[in-house]
Amino acid sequence: MIFARGLTKVYGDFIAVDGIDFEVRKGEAFGLLGPNGAGKSTTMKMIASVSKRTGGDLTILGLDPNKRGPEIRAHLGVVPQQDNLDRELKVHENLFVYGRFFGLSRKFLKNKVEELLEFAQLTEKRNNKAEELSGGMKRRLTIARGLVNEPEILMLDEPTTGLDPQARHILWDRLFRLKEQGVTLVITTHYMDEAEQLCDRLIVMDKGKIMAEGSPADLIKRYASKEVLEVRFGSSRNIEIAEQIAHLGHRTEVLPDRILIYSDNGDADLQEILKLGLEPVTSLVRRSSLEDVFLRLTGRTLVE
Amino acid sequence: MTSTASIEKSVHSSKWQGSLNLVNVSRARNLAWLHVAEARIRNMLKWWTSIAAFSLGNPVLYLFSVGIGIGALVDKNGGSAQLGGVSYLTFLAPALLASAAIQSFQEEMSFPIMEGFEWDKSFFAMNSTPIQGVDIVNGLLASSTVKTVVTVGIYESVLLGFGAINVGVALPMFLSALLSGVAFGSVMMAITSFIKQDDGFFAIVGRFIIAPMIMFSGTYYPLESMPFYLQWAGWISPLWHATDLGRVISYGSPQQSWVVISHWVYLSIWIVVGLGLGYRQVSKRLAA
Ligand SMILES: Nc1ncnc2c1ncn2[C@@H]1O[C@H](COP(=O)(O)OP(=O)(O)O)[C@@H](O)[C@H]1O
Ligand SMILES: [Mg+2]
Repeated sequence: MIFARGLTKVYGDFIAVDGIDFEVRKGEAFGLLGPNGAGKSTTMKMIASVSKRTGGDLTILGLDPNKRGPEIRAHLGVVPQQDNLDRELKVHENLFVYGRFFGLSRKFLKNKVEELLEFAQLTEKRNNKAEELSGGMKRRLTIARGLVNEPEILMLDEPTTGLDPQARHILWDRLFRLKEQGVTLVITTHYMDEAEQLCDRLIVMDKGKIMAEGSPADLIKRYASKEVLEVRFGSSRNIEIAEQIAHLGHRTEVLPDRILIYSDNGDADLQEILKLGLEPVTSLVRRSSLEDVFLRLTGRTLVE
Repeated sequence: MTSTASIEKSVHSSKWQGSLNLVNVSRARNLAWLHVAEARIRNMLKWWTSIAAFSLGNPVLYLFSVGIGIGALVDKNGGSAQLGGVSYLTFLAPALLASAAIQSFQEEMSFPIMEGFEWDKSFFAMNSTPIQGVDIVNGLLASSTVKTVVTVGIYESVLLGFGAINVGVALPMFLSALLSGVAFGSVMMAITSFIKQDDGFFAIVGRFIIAPMIMFSGTYYPLESMPFYLQWAGWISPLWHATDLGRVISYGSPQQSWVVISHWVYLSIWIVVGLGLGYRQVSKRLAA
């Protein structure tokens, strides 16, 4: 469905996307993960056949977006990171007008709009101007709008940012059903639970480059240990104690508030620590998550 | 609140056909400009009462004060001899009509474009469908034309009511006024498509371009009665070309035929240049 080789986007002399390769197959849920500024949205806009690439190859549905943009976009559903609703128009008009852009008939849209209003839980707000909606409602409306043409590929750029947990779970459920119907999903997110729930395969991006690629389980296996032992000794003692237990696990990491020991058997390592006569204030053994992979690959420091 | 059950129902009751079956790409492409115009007109209709009030109130007030008030003064003092033998109101009417068209386009080609690119980013929403930059420009042009047909139509009806123009020439006068609106609007659209922030730009356009243009385009007195070194202001102004053209049409104001032709050509050049620049810049800005 989507094929990218050496895909590059340069703004002036700043390289936002730096020659990335990936492929998305039909019916797959594909994730783009990465910290702010990694180039996720820029990549999404190029796939959405709006922003022009400055280098490399890109085909969507077998077509080159530089030449066949409108034709590709006819089969995409796009949920941009920033809602771009028509503020002056009513909620139902936003859906209707957007459907018209795809050349859909008024008759078809009459039913479709009702269905999408219900999906977005905005039936009661149908006659409000879009600008009168709360942030979460706007988000839901933008997501519903992206479904109006029943797209082959649904592109969601941080879809659940600003949604409450209920709406988030309803959306995940709906996205899962769409996937079952054969719709291809491309999702960016910085919620790791979302990526783990939704994505069959994902890439982790940083500074315009791909740091890793695989299924969530693959990535955890490759970049994290099976378990993580978290121990706290109080912020003043962490560094000193970390040296004494550095031999444990595959890797240890000292944070201001705790020490992380990446290992295959957290409980055994905890016993070792106790044997050394060290008594952590609190301790916790947990399974590794995508979040550990993410932090390992893209670092903990905030770069903005 | 809608319950989860009703959402489940909506998911299951609808049959997903898929865009490959649902979307007719060539239909969407052929009518793209129309769909943009439709969206714009929906937006305008939110303001229809103020548009209607303004387009009726403005000419009525104007004609009472300037047309009839000043007109009586001019006509009494034998000014009509310098106006080609017609009443001041008749002399003024073509200029008023053209400037109404120009101002209507000026409104539509300023804030709505800022809204599309910056405030709502609604152009980017359009552009995520089969709609392209060129369609957005054409749609804006079409919707502005529709609005101007209505507002200038109202304006002209008032002029007819005041006896400022003849019914027989109403249609050609209407078209020449509309042409000046399209000409000005095309260039205005091109310029606005470069603007990233308002920064008072549109206030400047109003005060330092539109207002002087109306003053220096032979609106209130013949261009020839201005000092020669100021007449160039009229020659570059689309309003003067439209006004002069309108006077020829309205009461057969004497003019050489090459000048009449040059009015048409000049206004057409504005359209071609404005649209050419606008198509390019709008497409470029969307693809950034
Ligand atoms: N239109 C633009 N002009 C210049 N720089 C841009 C533009 N859009 C994005 N960037 C820059 O490109 C980088 C990647 O941005 P983006 O793709 O939005 O990242 P992400 O979505 O991963 O947070 C950022 O450093 C951003 O400042
Ligand atoms: Mg982003």
